[in-house]
Amino acid sequence: MTMTDGSITNEIMKDLHERMLRIRFFEEAAGKLFEANKIPGFIHLYVGQEAVAAGVCVALRDEDQISSTHRGHGHLVAKGGDLGKMMAELMGKATGYCNGKGGSMHICDLELNMLGANGIVGGGVPIAVGAGFANKYRGNETVSVVFFGDGSTNIGAFHEAANMAAALQLPVLFICENNEYAEYTARQDTMAIKDLVERAAAYGMPSKIVDGMDGRAVFEATEQALVSIRAGEGPVFLECKTYRYYNHHGIQTLGMKYRSDDEVEEWKARDSIDSIEAAMVAESISTENEVAATRVAVLAEVDAAIEFAENSPLPDPSELLTNVYTEMSS
Amino acid sequence: MSGERELTYGQAFNEGMHQLMAEDPDVFVLGEDVAGKGGVFGSFVGLLDEFGDRRMVDTPISEQAIVGLGIGAAVVGLRPVVDLMFMDFVLVSMDQIANQAAKLKYMFGGNAKLPMTITTNGGGGLSAAAQHSQSLEAMLCHVPGLKVVMPSTPYDVKGLLVSSIRDDNPVIFVKHKRMFGAKGPVPEELYEVPLGKAVVTRTGADVTVVAYAKMAADALVAADELAKGGIDCEVIDLRTVQPLDIDAVIESAKKTNRIVVVHEAVRFGGLGAEIAAQVQEEAFDYLDAPVARVGAAFSPIPFSPSLEQAYIPDAAKIAAEIRSTLNRPAPGAVR
Repeated sequence: MTMTDGSITNEIMKDLHERMLRIRFFEEAAGKLFEANKIPGFIHLYVGQEAVAAGVCVALRDEDQISSTHRGHGHLVAKGGDLGKMMAELMGKATGYCNGKGGSMHICDLELNMLGANGIVGGGVPIAVGAGFANKYRGNETVSVVFFGDGSTNIGAFHEAANMAAALQLPVLFICENNEYAEYTARQDTMAIKDLVERAAAYGMPSKIVDGMDGRAVFEATEQALVSIRAGEGPVFLECKTYRYYNHHGIQTLGMKYRSDDEVEEWKARDSIDSIEAAMVAESISTENEVAATRVAVLAEVDAAIEFAENSPLPDPSELLTNVYTEMSS
Repeated sequence: MSGERELTYGQAFNEGMHQLMAEDPDVFVLGEDVAGKGGVFGSFVGLLDEFGDRRMVDTPISEQAIVGLGIGAAVVGLRPVVDLMFMDFVLVSMDQIANQAAKLKYMFGGNAKLPMTITTNGGGGLSAAAQHSQSLEAMLCHVPGLKVVMPSTPYDVKGLLVSSIRDDNPVIFVKHKRMFGAKGPVPEELYEVPLGKAVVTRTGADVTVVAYAKMAADALVAADELAKGGIDCEVIDLRTVQPLDIDAVIESAKKTNRIVVVHEAVRFGGLGAEIAAQVQEEAFDYLDAPVARVGAAFSPIPFSPSLEQAYIPDAAKIAAEIRSTLNRPAPGAVR
C-alpha cells in the first residue's frame, strides 16, 4: 500500500527489492545449472525483466490469480513460489512443483493462485480471462492478472481473449512485457505499431505505458489499475517496456546478429536492481550494509533451493501414467 | 429405466441441462448464441429465462477464447459447459483443447482438475457441406487427457450429459445433427450413463456391428433388414469413444467371430482402424474373417444431396458390408 501522500512506503521498497533479487539470483543459478547439463530441456530466463513481475505481484492480494508464459520463473518467484520446488521441477525431480511432469514451461502453484506458465505463446491469455470470469461470477473482488510478451500480441488467442474480457467487462489485468523481441525477431519487424497500448485501445480497454525497468513505477501503475478493476470497471492493459538480458533461450547474451551488444549494454545500464538499490540508499530506506545483507540472505535461499533439488530423486517410471485423468469414484 | 415417457434426442439434452443447472450453481453455459437464441439447434432454449444471463453467456465469435475461458473458469473451480456450434469449429479452438485442456492436469503434476464439458454438433446429412458436417472424433481421441462422448439415443443423451458435466475431466460431448428428432424413453429424474461403457443394443450370433452416434441407429436398421434373410447381428453402441470400451467388443468378437466397425467419419485413420487393431491383438484366434470397416470416403464432405448421400454410410451400406463379411450376398446380387 502507498502512504496517504501517494509515496511508496519503505516496506514496499524493501519488498520490491527482495523479490527482484530472488528472481535474479534464482535465474542466474538456473542458467548455470542449465549450462552444466543439470537442467534438461529448454530454459527461458527472466533476467532483466524483474521489475515487472515484482512490481505487479507486490501490489496483488494473495487471492488474485496470475497466469504466465514460457518465460515464467520470475512470475512464480514474485508470487511467493517455493524456490526449492521450483528448482526441483526445472531439474525434473519428483519433489518439483509438477512432480517432474511439467518442467520450466509448465511450472505452477495453484495454492498461490499461480495458474501456470505456458509453452504456447499467447495460450495462457484466454485461460486467465476464464479465471477473471469466475471471479465476476462469484461476485468477489479478486483480479486475474495475465503476463504476456509483445510477441503474444501477434497471435489470435490474445486478440480473442482481450476482446472477450472487454466485452464481458471482466476483472482482468493485462500485463504486456514488451521486451522488444519475439524470440529472435525484433518487434519493429513483426508489427507496424510502436506502442502495444494501441492494441488495447482497439478493444476499448484503458491502458498505460510503464517503465518496466522501474519496480516502483510498475507497482504504482498496477495499484492504480487494480482499484478500477476491483470496482467492476473492466480490464486494464499495462505495457511495461523492459528488456531481456539473455537470449530467448539459454544463457548467451552478447555477440548475436539479431541485436547489438551496445543495445544490451544500454539496457543493462538501467538495471532495475541497481537502480532500486541506489534509490534505497539515497533515500535512507536502507543502508548499504542492509542492502548487502539482503543479497547474502537471498543467495543463501537460492543455494538451499539448489541443494534441495540436487538431493531430490527423479520420478519413478511407475509415475508415467498417473494423473492423465482425474479418477472418478462412480 | 422408470416409466415410458418419451422425449426426443434434442429434448433429452435440454431437460438434462435444465436439471443439471438447477442442481449445481457452478454450472454455466458459454458460447455463441447460447443464451438469446438458445443454441444453434435449440439445445439451450429456455435456460436464459430460468437461470439468467449470469449463467447463460453469449460470447463473441471467438472459439479459442471461448474454450480458454472455460479452462480458466474450471481450473479455479467452476463447472463450465462450453458450446461450439459445430464440431468443425473444434479445429478453430484446437490449441486450447489439445495443448491446454487435455494436458493441464498432467503437466501440473496432478495439481489441477478440469471439470469442463464442450458440447457440439457433429455429423452430416443436412447439406451443410465441408465445414459444418465433419466427424472429427478420431483426432480428439488421439489426445490423451480428453474424453469423447457420442450418444445415439435420447436416453443416452441425458444420462451421458449428466456423467459428462459431473466429470472432473475435459469432455467433448458430440450430439449428432440428424438425431435431434429421434424419440425414445427418458426418465424424468437425473441419472448417469457411465462414460466408457458400451451397450449391446441387439444380441445376435452371426456377426457383431460396432458403431456409435447415428451409425449405431443405422446399424440397428441394417440388422432388422438382415434378420429377414436369416442373418443374426449383434449390435454394440460404444456411446463414448474415449474412453473406449474395447472389452465389450472383444467379448462379442469371441462370441460371433466377426466384427464390422461402422462410423460416419472418414474411414482412413478412423476409430475403425484402432478397433480393428485391438480386436486382432486380443482375439485374433477367434476371428473367422478380417475385421471390416464402414466409413466415409476420403474426401471433404460434399454439398449436393446426391453427392452427400453417396458419401455418408447408411443402413444399406452397413448391410452390404455385413453380407460381405459373412460371404452371404444379397439374394439376386451379382458377385
